[in-house]
Amino acid sequence: MNRRQAYEAAERRRALTVAAVSTALVVAAIILLVPLAPGWPAVRASFFDGAVFAQTFPTLLRAFLIDVMIFAWSVPLILGLGLAIALARGARAPALFPLRIFGAVYVDVFRGVPVVLTIYLIGFGVPGLGLPRPWNSPYIWGTVALVLTYSAYIAEVLRSGIESIHASQRNAAICLGLSERDTMRYVILPQAIRRVVPANMNMLVALQKDVALLSFIGPVEILRQAGIYKSLLANFTPYVVAAVIFLAITVPATRYADHLLNKDRNARS
Amino acid sequence: MPGPREGIHASDVVEGNAGPRGGVKALPGGAAGRDTIDQSSQDAGTTAKLSLRGVRKSFGDNIVLSGIDLDVAAGEMVCLIGASGSGKSTLLRCINQLEPIDDGVVLLDGQDISEPGLDLGPVRQRIGIVFQSYNLFPHMSALQNVLLAPRRVLRRDSTAEAEALFARFGLAAHMHKYPDQLSGGQQQRVAVIRALAMRPEMMLFDEITAALDPELVGEVLNVLRQLRAEGMTMILATHEMGFARELADRVCFMDGGVIVEQGPPERIFSAPELARTKEFLRSVLR
Repeated sequence: MNRRQAYEAAERRRALTVAAVSTALVVAAIILLVPLAPGWPAVRASFFDGAVFAQTFPTLLRAFLIDVMIFAWSVPLILGLGLAIALARGARAPALFPLRIFGAVYVDVFRGVPVVLTIYLIGFGVPGLGLPRPWNSPYIWGTVALVLTYSAYIAEVLRSGIESIHASQRNAAICLGLSERDTMRYVILPQAIRRVVPANMNMLVALQKDVALLSFIGPVEILRQAGIYKSLLANFTPYVVAAVIFLAITVPATRYADHLLNKDRNARS
Repeated sequence: MPGPREGIHASDVVEGNAGPRGGVKALPGGAAGRDTIDQSSQDAGTTAKLSLRGVRKSFGDNIVLSGIDLDVAAGEMVCLIGASGSGKSTLLRCINQLEPIDDGVVLLDGQDISEPGLDLGPVRQRIGIVFQSYNLFPHMSALQNVLLAPRRVLRRDSTAEAEALFARFGLAAHMHKYPDQLSGGQQQRVAVIRALAMRPEMMLFDEITAALDPELVGEVLNVLRQLRAEGMTMILATHEMGFARELADRVCFMDGGVIVEQGPPERIFSAPELARTKEFLRSVLR
């Protein structure tokens, strides 16, 4: 080991020690100080009740499957519609001008209204038209509300991705004789989509959480089920259970997305 | 008919000699020759592969090309030289209609390809272009880069042909690599192969060695030597004076948006007639 390596090893050891000690101090402070708070016994009883946790966990996990289902069928719809809106907003042909206007208005409206409000308006409003079963299902109209809102966001993300691809790429494709359409499909879009994967993953993690908002219009998914338990047992622990279940899904999902991105980057360099 | 040509001044234009392969119509220079220019433009439809007549191009107030006349015979190699900003790149981009021209005509085999509203897809298939910055598609392997246009435009699977091109230009081992994994020289050769895979009738090269490290320039110039030997019609914008001297049939010196002097390389490099040409050559050949 030469002088430089010895120095760097010592630096690393020192950094690790400092990090370990400071983390231990913070954790110890939380463990020691929080229980000293006057309301702690009450909080522990109503939020961290082990018996309630064990009792409600299986049912809440089952209710969470409804969230997962709604998420699963929303995602393809959101990505498809988002892409269509992004392309509509970029359409330059005069005949497609109405499409461009529509795309702009769509994005403005659904990004401008809070998700909860869209869910209320569509989830209660449309079935109010007196549609026959199953067309009055809150699952359908709740999904529609989520798709409308999130596709507006995804469309903007995709559009920024498309615009970030340098004009020289388009020129190279055009000069080979490719049509505008093929240039978009084979040259611009694949690069644009790849570039916005992280932003879109963040969108999907947010969507996974916002599915719980559908509890306001009917479906007994995890948040509503937790609410039922809260009233039944006069205890908030079911909400903590729900939070834990959400984290168990969203944290690995985000990490996996990062991993995929890194793998893709490494494969090509 | 070609537009007005105020950009050419009798004193600026020196008549070029015909290229070594015959067939090249040298441009008559000056006001006195105007009738003959029009004569030759009709003539050019039958003899020249590519003819430019009074081509003008401005970007806003910036006049980049102020009246270009040029004839290129089939199989001829023409080098455009001149300082940065003299309009070489713009001229190439106006030839394949990547930039629409403001005035004048561009004829390919006698067909007016600068006609507004013309479907340019088929035209661009016939004229290959390679850029200074390679512009390979980064999300595709080298081979996929080459196969995309033949597959989508010509509806042809040209895998065998592409593999032969890779082998010919010494890239057989790199076919399946992505652009990121290739050196600049290798990327530029892939870009040439990509253009050739469309079987163009002529090729334009826009300073294709300018972005390369000096030790990589040679491998790209070798590709051009090979193409030259095969009789490809080529127009090169270049700063490689040695290369222009070695291979060009004709050298055109551009300055202020016009071709001010042209002729065979021996004459342009050893006995330029205009002070501007001399000055430019002195500055680059030093």
